[in-house]
Amino acid sequence: MSSGEKYLAAAYAVIFVTVLVYVAIIAAKLTRLERETAELARLAQARRHERG
Amino acid sequence: MLAALAAMLVGSSLVLVFFVAPEDADQGLSQKIFYFHVPIALTAYACFGWGAHKALLLLWRKDERYDLESFVAIHQGTIFGALTLATGSIWAKASWGHWWLWSENQLVLFLVLFLFYSAYFMLRFSLEEGPRRANISAVYALFGIVLVPVSFLAIRLAENVIHPTVFTREGPQMSGTMFFTFCVAWIAITSLAYTLYRLELLGKRLDSNLRELREALSS
Repeated sequence: MSSGEKYLAAAYAVIFVTVLVYVAIIAAKLTRLERETAELARLAQARRHERG
Repeated sequence: MLAALAAMLVGSSLVLVFFVAPEDADQGLSQKIFYFHVPIALTAYACFGWGAHKALLLLWRKDERYDLESFVAIHQGTIFGALTLATGSIWAKASWGHWWLWSENQLVLFLVLFLFYSAYFMLRFSLEEGPRRANISAVYALFGIVLVPVSFLAIRLAENVIHPTVFTREGPQMSGTMFFTFCVAWIAITSLAYTLYRLELLGKRLDSNLRELREALSS
Protein backbone atom coordinates (compact mmCIF):
# COMPACT_ATOMS: atom_id res chain seq x y z
CA MET A 1 0.00 0.00 0.00
CA SER A 2 1.50 3.37 -1.05
CA SER A 3 1.46 6.34 1.34
CA GLY A 4 -1.17 8.08 -0.86
CA GLU A 5 -3.44 5.04 -0.54
CA LYS A 6 -2.91 4.96 3.24
CA TYR A 7 -3.88 8.62 3.66
CA LEU A 8 -6.88 8.19 1.37
CA ALA A 9 -8.06 5.13 3.33
CA ALA A 10 -7.52 7.00 6.63
CA ALA A 11 -9.56 10.03 5.50
CA TYR A 12 -12.52 7.94 4.32
CA ALA A 13 -12.30 5.71 7.44
CA VAL A 14 -12.55 8.81 9.66
CA ILE A 15 -15.71 9.92 7.82
CA PHE A 16 -17.24 6.42 7.89
CA VAL A 17 -16.54 5.82 11.60
CA THR A 18 -17.83 9.30 12.60
CA VAL A 19 -21.11 8.83 10.71
CA LEU A 20 -21.45 5.29 12.09
CA VAL A 21 -20.91 6.40 15.71
CA TYR A 22 -23.35 9.30 15.21
CA VAL A 23 -26.05 6.99 13.81
CA ALA A 24 -25.40 4.45 16.60
CA ILE A 25 -25.85 7.17 19.26
CA ILE A 26 -29.14 8.34 17.68
CA ALA A 27 -30.33 4.71 17.34
CA ALA A 28 -29.55 4.06 21.03
CA LYS A 29 -31.44 7.21 21.99
CA LEU A 30 -34.48 6.26 19.90
CA THR A 31 -34.47 2.77 21.47
CA ARG A 32 -34.49 4.37 24.94
CA LEU A 33 -37.34 6.68 23.91
CA GLU A 34 -39.33 3.73 22.59
CA ARG A 35 -38.88 1.93 25.94
CA GLU A 36 -39.90 5.05 27.87
CA THR A 37 -42.98 5.52 25.66
CA ALA A 38 -44.06 1.93 26.39
CA GLU A 39 -43.53 2.53 30.14
CA LEU A 40 -45.63 5.69 30.05
CA ALA A 41 -48.37 3.94 28.09
CA ARG A 42 -48.47 1.20 30.77
CA LEU A 43 -48.58 3.85 33.51
CA ALA A 44 -51.43 5.70 31.78
CA GLN A 45 -53.35 2.42 31.37
CA ALA A 46 -52.88 1.58 35.07
CA ARG A 47 -54.20 5.06 36.00
CA ARG A 48 -57.27 4.52 33.84
CA HIS A 49 -57.98 1.18 35.57
CA GLU A 50 -57.58 2.81 39.00
CA ARG A 51 -60.13 5.49 38.11
CA GLY A 52 -62.55 3.37 36.56
CA MET B 1 -37.25 7.53 2.24
CA LEU B 2 -34.87 10.41 2.87
CA ALA B 3 -32.36 8.07 4.53
CA ALA B 4 -32.54 5.65 1.58
CA LEU B 5 -31.95 8.53 -0.87
CA ALA B 6 -28.97 9.76 1.18
CA ALA B 7 -27.49 6.23 1.34
CA MET B 8 -27.96 5.78 -2.42
CA LEU B 9 -26.31 9.13 -3.18
CA VAL B 10 -23.37 8.44 -0.84
CA GLY B 11 -22.93 4.99 -2.44
CA SER B 12 -23.04 6.50 -5.96
CA SER B 13 -20.54 9.20 -5.06
CA LEU B 14 -18.14 6.60 -3.61
CA VAL B 15 -18.35 4.61 -6.86
CA LEU B 16 -17.65 7.81 -8.85
CA VAL B 17 -14.74 8.80 -6.59
CA PHE B 18 -12.98 5.43 -6.65
CA PHE B 19 -13.88 4.00 -10.07
CA VAL B 20 -14.80 6.86 -12.43
CA ALA B 21 -12.93 10.07 -11.47
CA PRO B 22 -9.39 10.10 -12.92
CA GLU B 23 -6.32 10.18 -10.70
CA ASP B 24 -4.85 13.66 -10.28
CA ALA B 25 -1.54 14.14 -12.17
CA ASP B 26 0.11 16.14 -9.35
CA GLN B 27 -1.23 14.67 -6.13
CA GLY B 28 -2.12 11.14 -7.18
CA LEU B 29 -4.62 9.15 -5.12
CA SER B 30 -4.62 11.46 -2.10
CA GLN B 31 -6.41 14.12 -4.21
CA LYS B 32 -9.56 11.93 -3.96
CA ILE B 33 -9.92 13.19 -0.37
CA PHE B 34 -11.06 16.47 -2.00
CA TYR B 35 -14.39 14.96 -3.15
CA PHE B 36 -15.59 14.53 0.44
CA HIS B 37 -13.43 17.10 2.28
CA VAL B 38 -14.80 20.14 0.40
CA PRO B 39 -18.52 19.10 0.49
CA ILE B 40 -18.17 18.36 4.23
CA ALA B 41 -16.68 21.83 4.80
CA LEU B 42 -19.44 23.49 2.71
CA THR B 43 -22.06 21.49 4.64
CA ALA B 44 -20.55 22.67 7.94
CA TYR B 45 -20.89 26.29 6.75
CA ALA B 46 -24.48 25.59 5.64
CA CYS B 47 -25.34 24.04 9.04
CA PHE B 48 -23.97 27.08 10.90
CA GLY B 49 -25.93 29.31 8.52
CA TRP B 50 -29.10 27.28 9.09
CA GLY B 51 -28.54 27.43 12.86
CA ALA B 52 -28.17 31.22 12.70
CA HIS B 53 -31.31 31.50 10.53
CA LYS B 54 -33.30 29.52 13.12
CA ALA B 55 -31.76 31.63 15.91
CA LEU B 56 -32.93 34.78 14.14
CA LEU B 57 -36.44 33.32 13.80
CA LEU B 58 -36.44 32.52 17.53
CA LEU B 59 -35.51 36.08 18.47
CA TRP B 60 -38.00 37.53 16.00
CA ARG B 61 -41.04 35.31 16.50
CA LYS B 62 -40.36 34.16 20.09
CA ASP B 63 -41.29 30.60 19.18
CA GLU B 64 -39.28 28.09 21.29
CA ARG B 65 -39.29 25.34 18.68
CA TYR B 66 -36.65 27.32 16.76
CA ASP B 67 -34.28 26.98 19.72
CA LEU B 68 -34.10 23.19 19.29
CA GLU B 69 -33.79 23.52 15.50
CA SER B 70 -30.94 26.04 15.86
CA PHE B 71 -29.19 23.84 18.43
CA VAL B 72 -29.41 20.69 16.27
CA ALA B 73 -28.13 22.57 13.18
CA ILE B 74 -25.14 23.91 15.12
CA HIS B 75 -24.49 20.45 16.58
CA GLN B 76 -24.44 19.06 13.02
CA GLY B 77 -22.19 21.90 11.87
CA THR B 78 -19.72 21.19 14.66
CA ILE B 79 -19.56 17.48 13.76
CA PHE B 80 -19.03 18.32 10.08
CA GLY B 81 -16.50 20.97 11.12
CA ALA B 82 -14.53 18.35 13.10
CA LEU B 83 -14.65 16.08 10.04
CA THR B 84 -13.37 18.95 7.84
CA LEU B 85 -10.42 19.49 10.17
CA ALA B 86 -9.66 15.76 10.38
CA THR B 87 -9.87 15.04 6.63
CA GLY B 88 -8.08 18.32 5.80
CA SER B 89 -5.27 17.45 8.17
CA ILE B 90 -4.84 14.00 6.59
CA TRP B 91 -4.87 15.55 3.10
CA ALA B 92 -2.35 18.20 4.22
CA LYS B 93 0.01 15.50 5.49
CA ALA B 94 -0.30 13.62 2.19
CA SER B 95 0.17 16.74 0.00
CA TRP B 96 2.33 19.18 1.98
CA GLY B 97 4.04 16.79 4.42
CA HIS B 98 2.54 18.57 7.47
CA TRP B 99 -0.52 17.73 9.57
CA TRP B 100 -1.12 21.40 10.31
CA LEU B 101 0.40 24.78 9.36
CA TRP B 102 -0.19 27.64 11.79
CA SER B 103 1.05 30.09 9.14
CA GLU B 104 -1.95 29.34 6.90
CA ASN B 105 -4.75 31.81 7.70
CA GLN B 106 -7.49 29.72 6.13
CA LEU B 107 -6.71 26.71 8.34
CA VAL B 108 -6.46 28.82 11.48
CA LEU B 109 -9.70 30.69 10.65
CA PHE B 110 -11.59 27.44 10.18
CA LEU B 111 -10.22 26.24 13.52
CA VAL B 112 -11.38 29.51 15.14
CA LEU B 113 -14.84 29.00 13.62
CA PHE B 114 -14.93 25.41 14.92
CA LEU B 115 -13.78 26.42 18.42
CA PHE B 116 -16.29 29.30 18.49
CA TYR B 117 -19.16 26.90 17.82
CA SER B 118 -17.71 24.33 20.24
CA ALA B 119 -17.91 27.02 22.94
CA TYR B 120 -21.62 27.42 22.04
CA PHE B 121 -22.29 24.09 23.81
CA MET B 122 -20.36 25.16 26.91
CA LEU B 123 -22.43 28.33 27.06
CA ARG B 124 -25.71 26.55 26.41
CA PHE B 125 -25.22 23.80 28.98
CA SER B 126 -24.00 26.21 31.64
CA LEU B 127 -27.42 27.92 31.63
CA GLU B 128 -30.69 26.66 33.01
CA GLU B 129 -33.25 25.48 30.48
CA GLY B 130 -35.81 28.12 29.51
CA PRO B 131 -36.34 31.27 27.42
CA ARG B 132 -33.19 32.97 28.81
CA ARG B 133 -30.97 30.10 27.64
CA ALA B 134 -32.72 30.02 24.26
CA ASN B 135 -32.22 33.77 23.72
CA ILE B 136 -28.56 33.83 24.80
CA SER B 137 -27.79 30.77 22.64
CA ALA B 138 -29.53 32.42 19.68
CA VAL B 139 -27.52 35.65 20.03
CA TYR B 140 -24.29 33.63 20.23
CA ALA B 141 -25.24 31.61 17.13
CA LEU B 142 -25.92 34.85 15.24
CA PHE B 143 -22.53 36.31 16.20
CA GLY B 144 -20.78 33.18 14.96
CA ILE B 145 -22.23 33.43 11.47
CA VAL B 146 -19.98 36.47 10.83
CA LEU B 147 -17.00 34.09 10.91
CA VAL B 148 -18.39 31.90 8.10
CA PRO B 149 -17.79 34.34 5.17
CA VAL B 150 -14.43 35.33 6.72
CA SER B 151 -13.34 31.68 6.82
CA PHE B 152 -14.74 30.98 3.33
CA LEU B 153 -13.14 34.04 1.72
CA ALA B 154 -9.81 33.52 3.49
CA ILE B 155 -9.15 30.59 1.15
CA ARG B 156 -9.48 32.99 -1.80
CA LEU B 157 -7.86 36.09 -0.31
CA ALA B 158 -4.87 34.44 1.39
CA GLU B 159 -1.57 35.68 0.00
CA ASN B 160 0.40 32.60 0.92
CA VAL B 161 -1.60 30.06 -1.10
CA ILE B 162 -0.71 26.55 -0.07
CA HIS B 163 -4.36 25.58 0.40
CA PRO B 164 -5.61 24.94 -3.16
CA THR B 165 -8.33 27.14 -4.71
CA VAL B 166 -10.24 24.92 -7.10
CA PHE B 167 -13.17 27.23 -7.86
CA THR B 168 -12.02 30.51 -9.39
CA ARG B 169 -13.71 33.23 -11.49
CA GLU B 170 -12.77 31.21 -14.58
CA GLY B 171 -14.80 28.26 -13.27
CA PRO B 172 -13.81 24.96 -11.66
CA GLN B 173 -10.13 24.08 -12.23
CA MET B 174 -10.73 20.39 -12.93
CA SER B 175 -11.93 18.05 -15.67
CA GLY B 176 -15.63 17.49 -16.41
CA THR B 177 -15.65 14.02 -14.80
CA MET B 178 -13.97 15.35 -11.68
CA PHE B 179 -16.45 18.22 -11.44
CA PHE B 180 -19.42 15.85 -11.92
CA THR B 181 -18.06 13.56 -9.18
CA PHE B 182 -17.63 16.56 -6.90
CA CYS B 183 -21.22 17.72 -7.53
CA VAL B 184 -22.67 14.25 -6.79
CA ALA B 185 -20.56 14.02 -3.61
CA TRP B 186 -21.75 17.48 -2.56
CA ILE B 187 -25.42 16.53 -3.04
CA ALA B 188 -24.78 13.24 -1.19
CA ILE B 189 -23.16 14.92 1.83
CA THR B 190 -25.90 17.59 1.94
CA SER B 191 -28.64 14.95 1.87
CA LEU B 192 -26.81 12.90 4.52
CA ALA B 193 -26.53 15.98 6.75
CA TYR B 194 -30.21 16.81 6.26
CA THR B 195 -31.23 13.22 7.08
CA LEU B 196 -29.15 13.25 10.26
CA TYR B 197 -30.55 16.68 11.15
CA ARG B 198 -34.13 15.43 10.83
CA LEU B 199 -33.33 12.26 12.78
CA GLU B 200 -31.65 14.10 15.64
CA LEU B 201 -34.43 16.69 15.75
CA LEU B 202 -37.04 13.92 15.89
CA GLY B 203 -35.23 12.28 18.82
CA LYS B 204 -34.91 15.55 20.72
CA ARG B 205 -38.57 16.50 20.16
CA LEU B 206 -39.71 13.04 21.28
CA ASP B 207 -37.52 13.32 24.37
CA SER B 208 -38.98 16.73 25.22
CA ASN B 209 -42.59 15.55 24.67
CA LEU B 210 -42.02 12.44 26.78
CA ARG B 211 -40.58 14.53 29.63
CA GLU B 212 -43.71 16.72 29.62
CA LEU B 213 -45.96 13.65 29.52
CA ARG B 214 -44.07 12.05 32.43
CA GLU B 215 -44.44 15.22 34.48
CA ALA B 216 -48.17 15.39 33.68
CA LEU B 217 -48.68 11.74 34.67
CA SER B 218 -46.72 12.01 37.89
CA SER B 219 -48.63 15.09 39.12
